Amino acid sequence: MNITVDVNKTDGNTIMKISGEIDAYTAPKLKETINQLTKEDGKNVVIDLTDVIYMDSTGLGVLVAAFKKIKTNGGSFILTGLSNRLQRLFTITGLSEIMDIKGESK
Amino acid sequence: MDFQESLLWKYKDILTKYLAVQSEQTLYLTQKLSKEILENHIPPEEVINLHKSVLNELIPEVPSEVLVSFDILLEIMMSYGLAYLEHQSLRYKQMELEMELEFGANMQKMLLGSAIPKYDYLDIGAISIPAKIMNGDYFHFDIDSDQELKVAIADVIGKGIPAALCMSMIKYAVDSLSYSKHNSPEVVLERLNRIVEKNVDLGIFITMFYGSYNPKQHVIQYASAGHEPGFFYNKKENSFVDLQAKGLLLGIDPHVTYPKFEISLEIGDMIILLSDGVTETRTEDGFLEREMIIDLLNKYMHLSAQEIVNNIYRDLSKIQHYQIRDDFTMIIMRRLV
Repeated sequence: MNITVDVNKTDGNTIMKISGEIDAYTAPKLKETINQLTKEDGKNVVIDLTDVIYMDSTGLGVLVAAFKKIKTNGGSFILTGLSNRLQRLFTITGLSEIMDIKGESK
Repeated sequence: MDFQESLLWKYKDILTKYLAVQSEQTLYLTQKLSKEILENHIPPEEVINLHKSVLNELIPEVPSEVLVSFDILLEIMMSYGLAYLEHQSLRYKQMELEMELEFGANMQKMLLGSAIPKYDYLDIGAISIPAKIMNGDYFHFDIDSDQELKVAIADVIGKGIPAALCMSMIKYAVDSLSYSKHNSPEVVLERLNRIVEKNVDLGIFITMFYGSYNPKQHVIQYASAGHEPGFFYNKKENSFVDLQAKGLLLGIDPHVTYPKFEISLEIGDMIILLSDGVTETRTEDGFLEREMIIDLLNKYMHLSAQEIVNNIYRDLSKIQHYQIRDDFTMIIMRRLV
């Protein structure tokens, strides 16, 4: 149960690549990294989930909280690289209708 | 004889024996004594002191350099003594916290407890097992003023104590909304959504399925706020379909509305509701597929609703070596007449 979060900043955009499993044990680490990013106003954040093997509802909670915060601060929030399983999670919860989810599911 | 005296006596005995013959048996006696030393909270530096004085007594000709060298050991052991004291006090604190948590969990069980109703028209079974000490899942049955059966199943996103506390709030909101016959499922979810959005801190969200069963027409109306879809079992066709419903989870957007859906039940038809703790079951080769839940439902179909949910829980927790990772909740309602 490990997670790595790589953050790449290029003029105004932040790309966050998450690899591993997002669950109750690893979510606090993700939350900490995302909180650092959402502090500033008008951020454009892209979260790449291509290498996420597993995510449960705790991980979903962290992403939704970040989404709300970034939207309130006038930034943009984009998710990419969702597996079929993750895509299903966002569809069931109705989040795919309010969040910007890019790219074909793999 | 107090412990200090008996310790001196035993230590002298052990050391005398061991200096004469280095036997395993004496070492075993030492192990036993060290347990008594720990039970009596004797700090390690005191044991060094004891060793030093007993050694001096047993061998008066021991070189003074050897005796003096124990001062160094004693100094080091004092730090270990302090760490040990700290460990002791943390253990007490932990015991206190565990007790409080247990009180909290029992309180929650009492607060959230929803009796499983019995009717001659509907066979109902329900199970809800927390992964940790407190449950972030919740189910609820109630009868409104028009004799319709209200059923709710909910899951707080997030685990542990915050999720459990949040669930207690939801329970009271659901209770007060359920009794009025005017509150159809989508209205209940819309009101709950506003309550959750206002009251719950960022990072806690709730998924919920809410249904209202009319016992005269045998129709269930329902709406879902991002909840894991359940199943509808059609007895005549012997088929399972997903209980499709669309709706955003509670607590994100205060203005969201929820569509209402409706299904008629014939005799023997079933409504199966679950939390994502059921579908997120981990298996040897990955994750549980929804087909496997259908296989299990078929396997236990001949049993009562309560026996079906009990057996499915047993089978799925066995797959996970009896350590479920997420709260597990399942409800089955089968039309009888």
